[in-house]
Amino acid sequence: MKLRIEEQAVERCRELAHRIATPVSDFIAGHSTVSVERSVLRLFGVDGVGADDAPLVNLVVDALGPQRAGGIATLFCAALAETGLEPQALAEEVAAGRLAFGAFQNVPSEVARAIARSHAHRALTKISQVRAGRAQRLARLPQKPPPLLYVIVASGNIYEDRTAAVAAAEAGAQIVAVIRSTGQSLLDFVPYGATTEGFGGTYATQENFRVMREALDEISERLGRYVMLTNYASGLCMPEIAVMAAFERLDMLLNDSMYGILFRDINPKRTFVDQHFSRMLNAYAGIVINTGEDNYLTTADAVEQAPAVLASQFINEEFAHRAGLADEQIGLGDAYEIDPDLEDGFLYQLAQAQLARQIFPRAPLKYMPPTKHMTGDIFKGHLIDALFNLTSVMTHQGIHLCGMLTEAIHTPFLGDRALSLENARYIMGTARHLGDDLECKPGGIIETRAGAVLASAQSLLGRVADRGLLTAIEDGVFADISRPPDGGRGFEGVFARAADYWNPFEDLLVPQAVAP
Amino acid sequence: MSKFVKPYGDTLDDGAMQLSFTLPVPWSEAADEAARRLVTKMGFSDVAVAEGRPVAKDFSFFVVYARTPQAVDFSIVPAAAAKTHALSMDEIDEMIALKLGRKVRVAGACIGTDAHTVGIDAILNMKGYKGDYGLERYRQFSTYNLGSQVSVEELVRFAKEKKIDAILVSQVVTQKGSDVANFTALVELLEAEGMRDDLLLLCGGPRVTNLLATELGYDAGFGRGTLPSEVAGFIASRLGQRASSL
Repeated sequence: MKLRIEEQAVERCRELAHRIATPVSDFIAGHSTVSVERSVLRLFGVDGVGADDAPLVNLVVDALGPQRAGGIATLFCAALAETGLEPQALAEEVAAGRLAFGAFQNVPSEVARAIARSHAHRALTKISQVRAGRAQRLARLPQKPPPLLYVIVASGNIYEDRTAAVAAAEAGAQIVAVIRSTGQSLLDFVPYGATTEGFGGTYATQENFRVMREALDEISERLGRYVMLTNYASGLCMPEIAVMAAFERLDMLLNDSMYGILFRDINPKRTFVDQHFSRMLNAYAGIVINTGEDNYLTTADAVEQAPAVLASQFINEEFAHRAGLADEQIGLGDAYEIDPDLEDGFLYQLAQAQLARQIFPRAPLKYMPPTKHMTGDIFKGHLIDALFNLTSVMTHQGIHLCGMLTEAIHTPFLGDRALSLENARYIMGTARHLGDDLECKPGGIIETRAGAVLASAQSLLGRVADRGLLTAIEDGVFADISRPPDGGRGFEGVFARAADYWNPFEDLLVPQAVAP
Repeated sequence: MSKFVKPYGDTLDDGAMQLSFTLPVPWSEAADEAARRLVTKMGFSDVAVAEGRPVAKDFSFFVVYARTPQAVDFSIVPAAAAKTHALSMDEIDEMIALKLGRKVRVAGACIGTDAHTVGIDAILNMKGYKGDYGLERYRQFSTYNLGSQVSVEELVRFAKEKKIDAILVSQVVTQKGSDVANFTALVELLEAEGMRDDLLLLCGGPRVTNLLATELGYDAGFGRGTLPSEVAGFIASRLGQRASSL
């Protein structure tokens, strides 16, 4: 199935996305955030908690005070030079108030930076090894062809999640995501250790990542196919989650350039700076990002919001490229959310999905299931999911979040996941090459709809480019939500870089041309 | 007059029902038999395991048809029991548009020193909770989330300035009765300012009950697991009633 689309319009959209991102990139280059600095410490090997369960990285960055404008790396490594301590031991001393950064002003910055570079190299070597380990496993334990079947576990208890994840893998899941506890995205720290309680999900902690990775590795060996693990690098700790994910071999992260701003009221500047550094890490670690365009569709009418989805995909792609992500690492989002009662709604879904496929040919598109129009009628829900599955296989989506017949009722039961996976496997098997065999009627409903969405996306991007992204966000151009540049959570954690600001990873995390 | 009803398969009073469930055992014929016995134990007769199969190494899934001997007397089922229909976001928006003809202004905060915004965020944030959208997502609410550690004075000043219709306060920390003290301080200040009767006052938190809330002088209290639409529905219907009684 191939749509005739105006290539010029696509090019124009990419130019507009470039124009939109440029001033934001300039802002990013002049700023850092507490979360970026904390992730530098995590990369240096600092982990664990201090008083009141506050993470050491938070305590150390807080202890910096206004000196944070120079970045944590130089001062911290000056203290390493002077004390001869390892990063973890130094962090414990600083966190406990036994050492203060003021005492190490005399160490020449070249000395400090040399130490920082060696710690940075050590971290990146570790991440490269993790990445190579994934590549080896994928070669030895090949996945089934896409759309990769993705399911969610969300019990709040990582050990129950583990049971559910293994069962889902046995039932055919190729990707398992552990949904985070409600509100974790608004915490300005990452909780520590294995957790067994959460609200509507399970906390993202490095230990929880490890527990789940270990279980999935074991089942991957047993099934002879690699099962991927996903979590969420969104909210106030995007870069830190990216570090933890890189260390623990997560394969995908939800990581949108604007989701936190619009849907979580996180400060726009904080989000843009954080998303950039987290994406640089993802690029290096070979992690595939999943963007959150589905949220536009659940907010408002899915037919009306289609151009916003496409516009957001262009913006996400542009920011992802700027952070060094390869096309194969950019899982652009979309969702099957059109009202089932709308005549020809299925055709509109096909149009949108195929349009994204053709515009972003190498991106592993992330397709999200129906949620908004799912009801307690599980039988109808199962049918809607079947058409969602059909759309996905016909348009070659890359990452397929399996819809649950009980979507409107509860977080999935084990049996619900199995039924959902069976539905997807049936449809995707029986109609595997349908999309390749069909030709789209020129000027028909599908092609006309795709053309209209592209044209509207172009005009939307034009409006954003004209007024600037931050102003557009303040004016409520996206999802009718207004977010002022200096409002929202986490703004106090954004700061201007001093002239001597330095972060060793910025030089080292240069995009590398490696297959993910 | 009594009117007993039973499930209808293809004949009146055949009591036919379908059940499906998962058992945490590897599938085998014994697993099918276990499913059959389980349903028999529930009091069903003519139990037929239509489908039993593995859904994972250690889990089996079943579809079972069976007949229930039970019946209910429909004539004595109170009408109210069936009327627990919760309002959807669209219905709530419509109700506000119809009854008030303007947007409802809502302010939310964690008062005192409490920094746990998980509850108030679940109710107010666009994203919502458990797939139930937050008040920000409603067309007919103008929502102000003041965040954590907001003083009672600050909140009251804000409410006055923005002509707030409903205040939501959340308290997660309950150490040494700090929640009750903070809740009470807010009511007292609103009364002192003569604003109490002009707005709805709601509180929430894992330890909050509606009883506690009303005793403290609030219009309602919401505990653990509350969905945003429940709060939104309460605000809409209460303000709607007030508007109609004017």
